[in-house]
Amino acid sequence: MTEREERRFAEVSRESVKLMAESSGVELSDDVAALLAEDVCYRLREATQSSSQFMRHAKRRKLTVEDFNRALRWSNVDAVCGYGSQEPMPFRPAKEGELFFVEDRDINLVELALATNIPKGCAETMVRVHVSYLDGKGNLEHGKEGTVPSAVQSLSEDLLKYYHQITRAILGEDPHLMKVALLDLQSSSKIAALLPYFVYVISGVKSVSHDLEQLNRLLHMVRSLVQNPYLYLGSYVRSLVSSVMYCILEPLAASINPLNDHWTLRDYAALLLSHIFWTHGDLVSGLYHQILLSLQKVLSDPVRPLCSHYGAVVGLHALGWRAVERVLYPHLPAYWANLQAVLDDYSVSNAQVKADGHKVYGAILVAVERLLKMKALSLSQPAEGEAGSQQGMSGGLPGFRESSPGLSPPPEPLAEAGLGIASHLQAGGAGCPWEDWTPVPLPAMYSELYSFFGDSLAVRFSTGPELGSGSSAGATASQSGPNGRKEPGGGAGAGGGAGGSAGMDTARKMPQLTANLSISPRQDGSPRTEPAPPSLAATAPGRSLARSSSSSSSSVQRSRSSSSRPGQRSAGPSRDIFPKARFPTPQAGAPSFSFLIGGRQMGRRCQGRRFQTSFNPPAGMSTLPPRAYAHKLPVIGRVSKPVRRWTYSHYSLHLPL
Amino acid sequence: MAAVQDGPIESESDTETKTDALSDGAGNITGSSTGALSSPPNAASSATGTSKSMAPPGPENQQTLLAVLQYLKKNNLLESVDILRREAGLSDDGGDSPDAEGSGGSDPAVKVGEGGDANSLLNRVSIATAAPVVVAAPAPSKASGGESQPDVNVVLSAYSQQGDPALYDTYYTGLKNFIESVLDCHRAELSQLFYPLFVHMYLELVYNSHEQEAKAFFDKFGGDQECYYADDLRVLSSVSKREHMRGNETLLDFRTSKFVLRISRDSYQLLKRHLQERQNNQIWNIIQEHLYIDIFDGMPRAKSQIDAMSGALAGEARREANKGKVFYGLLKEPEIEVPLDDEDEEAENEEGKPKKKKPKKDSMGNKSKKQDPNAPQQARIPLPELKDSDKLDKIMNMKEATKRIRLSPENLPSICFYSFLNAYQGLTAVDFTDDSSLIAGGFADSTVRVWSVTPKKLRRVKSAADLNMIDKESDDVLERIMDDKSASEAKVMYGHSGPVYGISFSSDRNYLLSSSEDGTVRLWSLQTYTCLVGYKGHNYPVWDTQFSPYGYYFISGGHDRVARLWATDHYQPLRIFAGHLADVTCTRFHPNSNYVATGSADRTVRMWDVLNGNCVRILTGHKGPIHCLTFSPNGKFLASGATDGRVLLWDIGHGLMIGELKGHTDTIYSLRFSRDGEILASASMDNTVRLWNASKAFDDVETDDFTATTGHIHLPDNSQELLLGTYMTKSTPVVHLHFTRRNLLLAAGAYNPQ
Repeated sequence: MTEREERRFAEVSRESVKLMAESSGVELSDDVAALLAEDVCYRLREATQSSSQFMRHAKRRKLTVEDFNRALRWSNVDAVCGYGSQEPMPFRPAKEGELFFVEDRDINLVELALATNIPKGCAETMVRVHVSYLDGKGNLEHGKEGTVPSAVQSLSEDLLKYYHQITRAILGEDPHLMKVALLDLQSSSKIAALLPYFVYVISGVKSVSHDLEQLNRLLHMVRSLVQNPYLYLGSYVRSLVSSVMYCILEPLAASINPLNDHWTLRDYAALLLSHIFWTHGDLVSGLYHQILLSLQKVLSDPVRPLCSHYGAVVGLHALGWRAVERVLYPHLPAYWANLQAVLDDYSVSNAQVKADGHKVYGAILVAVERLLKMKALSLSQPAEGEAGSQQGMSGGLPGFRESSPGLSPPPEPLAEAGLGIASHLQAGGAGCPWEDWTPVPLPAMYSELYSFFGDSLAVRFSTGPELGSGSSAGATASQSGPNGRKEPGGGAGAGGGAGGSAGMDTARKMPQLTANLSISPRQDGSPRTEPAPPSLAATAPGRSLARSSSSSSSSVQRSRSSSSRPGQRSAGPSRDIFPKARFPTPQAGAPSFSFLIGGRQMGRRCQGRRFQTSFNPPAGMSTLPPRAYAHKLPVIGRVSKPVRRWTYSHYSLHLPL
Repeated sequence: MAAVQDGPIESESDTETKTDALSDGAGNITGSSTGALSSPPNAASSATGTSKSMAPPGPENQQTLLAVLQYLKKNNLLESVDILRREAGLSDDGGDSPDAEGSGGSDPAVKVGEGGDANSLLNRVSIATAAPVVVAAPAPSKASGGESQPDVNVVLSAYSQQGDPALYDTYYTGLKNFIESVLDCHRAELSQLFYPLFVHMYLELVYNSHEQEAKAFFDKFGGDQECYYADDLRVLSSVSKREHMRGNETLLDFRTSKFVLRISRDSYQLLKRHLQERQNNQIWNIIQEHLYIDIFDGMPRAKSQIDAMSGALAGEARREANKGKVFYGLLKEPEIEVPLDDEDEEAENEEGKPKKKKPKKDSMGNKSKKQDPNAPQQARIPLPELKDSDKLDKIMNMKEATKRIRLSPENLPSICFYSFLNAYQGLTAVDFTDDSSLIAGGFADSTVRVWSVTPKKLRRVKSAADLNMIDKESDDVLERIMDDKSASEAKVMYGHSGPVYGISFSSDRNYLLSSSEDGTVRLWSLQTYTCLVGYKGHNYPVWDTQFSPYGYYFISGGHDRVARLWATDHYQPLRIFAGHLADVTCTRFHPNSNYVATGSADRTVRMWDVLNGNCVRILTGHKGPIHCLTFSPNGKFLASGATDGRVLLWDIGHGLMIGELKGHTDTIYSLRFSRDGEILASASMDNTVRLWNASKAFDDVETDDFTATTGHIHLPDNSQELLLGTYMTKSTPVVHLHFTRRNLLLAAGAYNPQ
C-alpha cells in the first residue's frame, strides 16, 4: 500500500514529530522524538494493512480515506475527519522549509449559497442486462472495442426491412430513390448490425461485371458505408477494398464493348480506394502495402489488357504521388516499350487497342506530372507541402465529380504524412520490394521522364518552349484523351474541372489574370535541365486556366508564404532545386499581389482554391488558417471515426479540396 | 469439538481490543452444544453441555481445561467455572494450579516467568508425543491451543530466549548451508523449514530488543523466502520493537498456532542428526516449540508438490485433520406428492409433467430412489418442512431442468452481463435468486437494493389496515394483498450503518440476508421490503453470509475470525466455527446443508460439520486471502478462488487438492459451477469471466492413481487445456456469477469508469 520501489515504507521523520509536538507546546528530546516517529510509522503501516482489507471486500482497487477511517475506528482510534472527498487532494511542499501540506482551496460560501446552477443529483442506480457472449463465442477483437460482437446480434424485424428497402432502392431503377437511400446509408447511426450484409452485397461486384450501371451503384454503396461516421468497419475494410480493387483492375465484361465508359468507373473506384485507404487504412495493418503490391503485379503483367493497366495507373495515382514514385516510376521504362508498340501500330485492327493505349498514356502522363510537381513541392517547401499537395490533389482528380455527386475527393496525403504512413506500413510488411528503394533526385527523374514523354510533359509542366500558347496545353489534353473524353485525373488538362470541353471553355473564358501572375513560379518551376523559359506566358490573356492551374501549385504556396510570413517575402525559404525567379518580386503592396480568382470558379468545389489571395481572407472563413484544416485531413491512428466535414465550395478559396 | 473450543478463545485473546467480543463469544460457546441441533428451536436453550464429547481426558486435555478455567475465572464467569468443573469432573486441586496462574496473571513480571514455565512444560509434553509418532497428533493440537490461552504476554514470552543475538545469523546460515548441501530429494522438504525458522528467529530478536540485529537478519535472509510469503514478510518487516508485537494479530498467529510442516521420515532424521551434531540448540528449540513437524513414511515430496500445498499462514494442514469422514452426497429429493387442494389449475396441469419426468430423472440421477452411500442421513440435520410454494418451485425447477442446455467444451454457455449503472455508492455484493428473477446488490453506502429482472414489478404487501379490508376467502387473495401502487422495478432497503459486504437470497425468495461492516447480519422480508431481524454477534465487520439451500439456517463469517451458524428464528448463533487464524472472508453451504465451507484470510479453507461443529477439512494451498468458494452441484468437489488469481479444486471426500486453474490476474470474486457441473465459471477483478472444463479436471484426477493415503498429489499443470474461454468486459470488474436453471451464465458488476 505505502510500499514503493525505492523506499519500502512511508516514514515520518523525527523532525516532523518534533514540529508537531512544538505546535502543541510540548518539548521533546531527540530520543523521544525518534522513538515516537518510529512508532508512528509502525502504527501507520498497521492501519494501512488493516484498511486494505476493507478495500478488498468492497471489491475496489483504490484505497480510500473511508477504508482507512474504518480501520482506525475498529482499532479504537479516532477517525481522521474532513478528508472524505472523492477528488484527489494535491499534497504540496512549501517553498521555504521542509513543510508539506494538503492544498485546501478557499470556497466562497456566498457564491456557493447563491449559485443558481444547482447541480442535479446523480442518476438513479440501475441494472441493465445485455447478452455479452452467445454460446461462449464472442469476437474478442470487437469486445475490446466495446461493441457488441456481430455474432450476437440478431436482426430485428425493422432492420431486416430496412436492409431490403435500401438494397432494393440502390440497385433499383429510380435514381432519386437511390440518392435518398445512399444518403441514409451514409448518415444512419443504427445500421452497424447490417454492415456484414451490406458488405456481402457489395462483394457481389464479381457477378455483375457485365453491368456497368450496377457496378457503379455498388461503388456508391461502398462510398456511403465508408463515409458513415457511425460505422466501425473493422476488418470489413479488407472486403470492401477487394471489391473496389476488382472494379479498378479487372478486365470487366462490360469493357468489351468500347461504347461502355468503364474508364469512368475505374476512375471512380480508384478515387474510392484512396478514400477508403486514407480514412480507414489504419484498421487493417499492411493494407497500403497489399494494395501497392497488387497494383504493381497488374502493372508488371504484360498479358493483362490495357484497361487493367489503366486501372493500376489511376489507382496508384489516387493513392498519392509517393505510390506513383515507388511503383509506377520504376516500372516505366519496361512498360514504356510495350505501350509504345501499341501506340505505334497504326493498323486498323489495332485501332481500339491503340485508343486504349492512349488512355493509359494519358493516365501515366497525368500521374507522372503530378509526381514531379509534388516532389518539387515537397523538396522546396516541406512546411507548406501539405497545402501544395492538396492543391495538387485537387488538380489531380477533377474528373470524378460528375460521376459522383456528393463525393468530394479524399484528402490527398500530405507530403509528410504520406511518407509517414507509407513507411509505417512498410515497416510492417516484410519483404517489401521497395524496402531498399532510394529516392531519385528530381532532376534525374525529370530528365528520364522527359525522355519518355518529350515535350508533352514539358508542356503540361508549363515549362516547354512553346509555353506561350495556351492551346497547346489543351492540345495535350485532347491528345491524351483522343475520344474527347475528359481526361481523368488530369491535374491540368481538365482546366475548369467541369470536365471535357466545357471545362476547357470555361478556362478559356477566364481572362482575369492579374499581372502579378507574372511572378508565378513557372520560371522557378522549370527544372534546370530545361532551357530557361523566356516568356511570361501567364500574362497572356486567355491563357488556359489549365496551364495556370498546373503551375499554380508553387504560385499558391508562394503567395501563401508571403501572406503568412510577410517578413519573408515571396522568395521561398529553400528552393535549391529551381532557379530563383528572374523577376524581382514586388516588395510592397502585397494585398494586390496575386489575386487571381475567377468568380465563375467559386461555385465549383476544388477548383477555385487554385489561386490564393494574399489579401486577408474574407470574413467568415478567416478564422482558421488553411493549414488548420489541412492538418486535420488525413487522420492517422484515430480511435474512432471522426465525423469528416467535407469542404464545401465556399471553403475552396482556402482549402485545397 | 476441539476447534469449537479453543478457537474463539484463541482469537479473542489475541487482542485486548476485542474484549467485548470475547465475553460474547464465551457465552456463545457454552450455548453451542453438541446435541443442540437435533431440534433447532431448542438449540440455544439446551446449553452448557460443552465438554462431554471430550471423553478421554488425557493430560493435555486436562491442561486445556485448566487453561479454560483460568480464563473464565479471570473474566469473573464463576458460574461457568463451576459448570465446567462439574462437567469435566475436575477436582478442586485441579483448579488450584490455574488459580495460581491466574493470580500470577495480574502481575506481568511474575506472569512471564510462570507462563514460560507452563509453556515449556506443555511443549515438552506435546513434543514428546508428537515428534516420534504421528499417532498422537490430535493431542498436541489441543495442547497448543491450551497453552496459547493464558495471556498475550505469556504467548509472547515464549520468545524470551537468552541467546547471543549475533549467533542467530550463524545459526541460520549454518542450517542454510546444511540444507543446500543435502541430497536433492531432501532439500525441497527441508527448505520448508526456512520460512518458519526465519520468522521465529526474527521475532525472538525483536522480542529481546536486538533491533539492529533483527534488521540485519531480516535484510540478509528476507529475500530468500518463498515469494508467496511476501505479504506476511511485509507485516513482519514493519515490526521492529517489542511493543509492536503486542497488538499485531499476524504475529500472534505465528505464535499461537504451530507452523505445520510435512516432512518425510528420512528427511527429518537427517535434520535431527545435523542439529544434534552441531549442538544447535537455538534452532532445535524453535523447532520444538513453534513448529509441528508432521512426519510421514515414504518418498520425500518434490518441490512442486510442496509448493502446491504450502502458503497458508500456519503451514499445511495436518494429515489427520482431513481424515474424518465427510458425507458429501446429496440428500434425497423429497417426493412431490399430489398437489394440494388450493393449487390453481395451472399448477395442476403442470403437476402432470413432473410426474412424467420424475422416473426419467430417477434413471438419470439414481439418487432419489437409492440412498447415496456418501450422503448423510436424511434427518441428520433437521430441515424445515417443504411449503406448498416450495413444492411449486421444485416443480418449476424440474420443468426448467428438462429444458436445460447440456454444456460441454463444444457447447459453451451464453453469458449475460448485468451492469450496475450509476453505482457511485460502490457495489460491494450481488446475489441472484435461484430462478434468476431477482437481483440484489449491497452497496458501500449501507443500502441494499433489489431489482426485478423480469417484467414483473416488485410490490409490497398492503398495510395492515388495508389488509383488513380484503376478502380473505377469495381465490386470488395472494394477489389482492399486494399493493399495486408500490409496484416498481427496484426497491431500496435501509438499515445497515456500514458497507454491505455479503448478500444472499433465501431459496423461497421471501427473504434476503445482508451482512455489513456494522457487525450485524440483517434479514429482510421481500414481501414488505423491511428489515425483520438484525442478528448481532459478530461485533466486527461481517464479510459474508449465505442462506442454506434449504432455507432456515444461514452462515456468516467475519473479521472476528469465526463463522457462525444461525437459524432465522434465533437471535443467537447455533454454532460457532472457530479455528481460522484470520478473518473469515467467505462462507458457503454444502448442497446437502450438513456442512459449511469457510475461506479465510489465513489462506486456508475449512469445512465444518453443522451437526457437531467440528472442523472436518483444512485445505491449504492458496497463497492469498480466499474470496470465494463454491461447491459442485453433486457435492463432491469444492472450488476456491483467492486474491492470487488462482482457482483451486478440492476433492472433499479425500480432502485433497485436485486441480489448480491459473489464468486470472487479479482477485477472483466469484465462482460458479454450471447446473450439471460440467463447466466452472470464474469471475475476477481483472474484468474477465473465464470458463474452465471442470469435468475434465475431475476426470483427470479420478483416473489417476489416487494417492489418497499419503495425500501427496501431483498436480498436472494443465490450466491452459482446461481453460475454455476468456470473456472480457469493457471496464467492469465482475463481482458475481450465476447459472440459471437452463445454464445461461449471468454475470454482474458495476461499470467502473477509471
